[in-house]
Order: sequence, then C-alpha cells, then structure tokens
Amino acid sequence: MARGNTFSPLPAGLKGRPVYELRGVSKTYKRRNVHALEKIDLCLTEGSFWGIIGSSGCGKSTLLKIMTGLLSPSEGSVMLSGKPVTGPRRDIGMMFQQPTLFPWRTAVENVVLPIEIRDGKKAALDKYDDARALLDLVGLKGFEEVYPNELSGGMAQRVAICRMLITEPTVLLLDEPFSALDELSRDFMDMELQRICKERNATTFLVTHSIPEAVILSDVVSVMSPRPGRIAATVTIDLPRPRTLDMMTEPSFAAYVKQIRELLDKGAFL
Amino acid sequence: MTDERKTAGEEAVCETVWAPEKVSWIDRVPRPVTMLLLLLTFLAIWHVVYLLKVISHIILPSPFATIADIFTVGVNLLTGDYMLKSLWTTTQEVLFGFLIAVFLGFFLGLLVGETDFGERMVMPYLVAINAMPKVAFAPLFVSWLGFGIASKVALSAFVAVFPVIVGTAAGIHAADQNARMLFRTIGASRWQTLTMLKLPTGMPHFFTGLKNAAVLSVVGAVVGEFLGGGKGFGELIRIAASMINTPRVFALIIYLSMLGLATFGVVVWLQRKLIFWHKETVAEELFE
Repeated sequence: MARGNTFSPLPAGLKGRPVYELRGVSKTYKRRNVHALEKIDLCLTEGSFWGIIGSSGCGKSTLLKIMTGLLSPSEGSVMLSGKPVTGPRRDIGMMFQQPTLFPWRTAVENVVLPIEIRDGKKAALDKYDDARALLDLVGLKGFEEVYPNELSGGMAQRVAICRMLITEPTVLLLDEPFSALDELSRDFMDMELQRICKERNATTFLVTHSIPEAVILSDVVSVMSPRPGRIAATVTIDLPRPRTLDMMTEPSFAAYVKQIRELLDKGAFL
Repeated sequence: MTDERKTAGEEAVCETVWAPEKVSWIDRVPRPVTMLLLLLTFLAIWHVVYLLKVISHIILPSPFATIADIFTVGVNLLTGDYMLKSLWTTTQEVLFGFLIAVFLGFFLGLLVGETDFGERMVMPYLVAINAMPKVAFAPLFVSWLGFGIASKVALSAFVAVFPVIVGTAAGIHAADQNARMLFRTIGASRWQTLTMLKLPTGMPHFFTGLKNAAVLSVVGAVVGEFLGGGKGFGELIRIAASMINTPRVFALIIYLSMLGLATFGVVVWLQRKLIFWHKETVAEELFE
C-alpha cells in the first residue's frame, strides 16, 4: 500500500541508472523578488515515470523551464545524463497542453520539424520514414499527409507526441499534455502514453492537475506546494505494470488518490 | 389519454413534431440575383429622384445617361483611344506604388516587429507619420519629383505603406507563447524562429495589410493626379468635373474602381494560394 511519503530524492522501489538529477534547485526572480522554487530535489531513473502535481502557481512552469534549460536556477544543479543542463538540449523532448502544430505543415512535416530546425531540410527528409513509423505507432496511419485543421484534438496531440519522439530524447517532459482533451480521450491517451513510454523505455516527467492521471501513469508522484514552490511529499505508486483503466476502480488506486488529495490539501496551507 | 403501453419517453418522441428550420426568403434566392436586385432598386430610386428634380440635373444626371456614358468610355477604352493610354498611366502608378509599399512596408514591419531597435526608436515616428493626413503631402511630392509619374507613384506608396507595416508587425507578434517555447526548447535560432514560425503564423495579418494597401494605392495615385496633373485617369476625372460632365465622372470612377478591384483580386488570389489553412473571418471577407 501507500508507503512513500518521503522527502528523499530517490524513493524506495526505484531501481535503475539515474538519468535526470536535480539537486537543491532554487529560483528567485530578483526583479520582482519572487521566490518561485525552493530546494527541489528530483532523481529520474532510466525508464521511470515521475508525476508531479500541484495547484496552479506552485512553480511548475518555472521548474519545467529550468529542466529544459530555458531558465537557469538561482541555486542548485541540473544534470542530465551526467552533464549539466545549460541550454536547450537535444536529449530532452517536450510537450505542452496545446498540440502547437503548425497549420501550414502536414502531420508528417510537423513531426520532422525538430529535425529540420536542428539539422536542416535534408536530414528532415531522411527522417520521413521514421516519422511515418511513429505516426503508425500512435495509430495515425493514413493521416500522414493531412493538415492539422482536419485532425481532432486527440489526434493533434498524438502528432505532437510523435514530434517529441522523433529526436529520440532520453527524457520526456510533459506539461499537462492531455488536460485540453475530454475525459474519454484523456484516459485513452494516458494508456497510449504508457505504451509508448514502455516501448521506447523513455524516462518521463509529467506535470498534471489530475490526481487519477498522475497515479495511473506514474511510478512516483511528487506533490508540490506553492510560494515558494517545493516538493511537499513524494509517494511511490506500487501498482503493477502495465496499468489499465480498470485499476482506477480498485481500492489500492483509490487509497493513493486519497493520500495525494490529503497531501495536496495540507500542502496548500503549509 | 394516449396508448398506455407507451412509456413517457416514447410518447414524447412520437408527439414531437420538429418545426421546419426557418429559411429566410433571401437565402433561397441565388446570390447574383440578390445583388442585381439591390442594384436595380438603387437605380430605380436614383431615377425617381432624377424625375422629381429634387436635385439639379446638372449635379445628378439620369442613371440612363450615366449608363450610356459608361458604354462610351468603354468603347473608347476598347478601341485603345486616349482613355486607354491614360488608364495605363494610372495602372502603372498604382502597380509601382503598391509594389514599393509592399516591399518597404514588409521591411519596416520586420524592423518594428522583430527588433528592439525598431520597436523602441522607429515605431514612434511611424505612428506619428501615420496619424498625418498623408494625401496632404501630394504638393510636396510634386515639387520634389515633378509632374510626371514619379510623384504619383510616391504618393501612392506613401499612402499604402502603413497597412503593410502594421500587418507585418502584427503578424510577427501573432505566434503564441507555446509555439515560441517549443522553438526555444528545440534550440531554433532567431532566423529560424522568424522564417519558420513568426512569418508563416503572421501571413493572415500580412495579407490583411496587403488588401488595404491594394485599395489605398489607387487612392494615392488618383489623388496625386488630382493635385499634380499628369496624364492619368484622375486628370480625366478632374477635367470632366470641371466641365460639369457628371455622367462622365461617374463612368470614369466605375472604370477606375475596376483597377482597384483587379489589384485586390490578385492579392486575394495569392492569399488563397499561400495561406490555404486560414479560415477567413467575416471582417476579412468584407474586404473582398
């Protein structure tokens, strides 16, 4: 049962090589004198899935910006595969709440965009077969040459997944990836995400507002509390893999959800 | 009472009679017909006003006289007479003026939209100049560039350039936060962000600017001709007006508007080709 609730950066039950390590990461915006993050410790091991949950304004987007190298931390270190993150990195894949597809590009052209930006048109052309294979992987076979305005929200978000995966990143950073979708599509996409992550042994960091989503997907869920943003508690989710939507009705699942909800309620007033 | 075996739900379904969707009579008439109807109504009112002599016949000619003159001018144009030459003069002025406005406007828009220098130092001046009544510069352009075509091209470009600047700058700012963030995380250079994100995203804004410019470039050229002479259509209108040949003035304006429509049409055609993904709003359609 729920036995996590530890402040250690490496929760029990997580094996494997550390891929992404944050040590004592703090961020203060000097000009506005805002203390956004305080002493964040995280350690993502290879192939693990780390969920993070917190109310709005708890510093999640600052944390993500630091993790992608768009912001530098005021204190602490961010290491990815043994090297400090100082700027945009090729081995990081990122996904947002909105699919952010470009309407003048077909699905497959959207997928190869990161390659085109980094290595040029020719390299992108060479990746078309990989891109088509990825679209096939997420169930979009036959939609390769379709423009985004003909895709549904869920389909567009799946194209965005492919765009994130085409560069073969070591780490996936997901910023509330399915929160713009309806409940049914969201459950479905969560399962798809699990399958894709398993297939590629991806190390994943998920920011979400949904407790059930965090629990059903993650190996570890961290609860963030706001002002300054810090990790109030970390819970190891000990449910068997692969997870299924049926698990959402099991008592153990409900217990995790309850535990995290309580932590959140407490965290908000800490 | 209704049949007892039916449940309440079934009853509701059975008894519901859907009202036929109301279609206004105007939707059932083909669009060209409705357009023609409005035109005929307008001409009829015009003719009634003419017959009642509410307004002097010197100022308001009969619609038939005007239509007759439209034919006269048309014949003159088709036979390649002096009117065609003067229309060609105005066309050249409009085309050159429009093209200069597009290129100059695009680069000024880039400067203002993309660079801090442009936004902080150039923009205030552009705003100030834009607030001026630009056609008032016509005498200046004439004294600088002479009575030939150059002064009209300059005025045309000057009047038409501002919507292009605004459209380009607005377009550059149109890309949303997520898209910019995506480009940053991928590690795109400034040039890549501009060419692969900001400019394509801004295309609809740019074309809105172009459409306004297409109309304004005709205004600029004709006003230039009014005030600076030359051989163009504006001069013909001025001469006809000074001879109180009102039907001729109307006829010439009709043909002049064709020039504006043609420029406009080319821009719209280009827009449909280039930004196929963009659905136009009602406001944008109004300019077509």
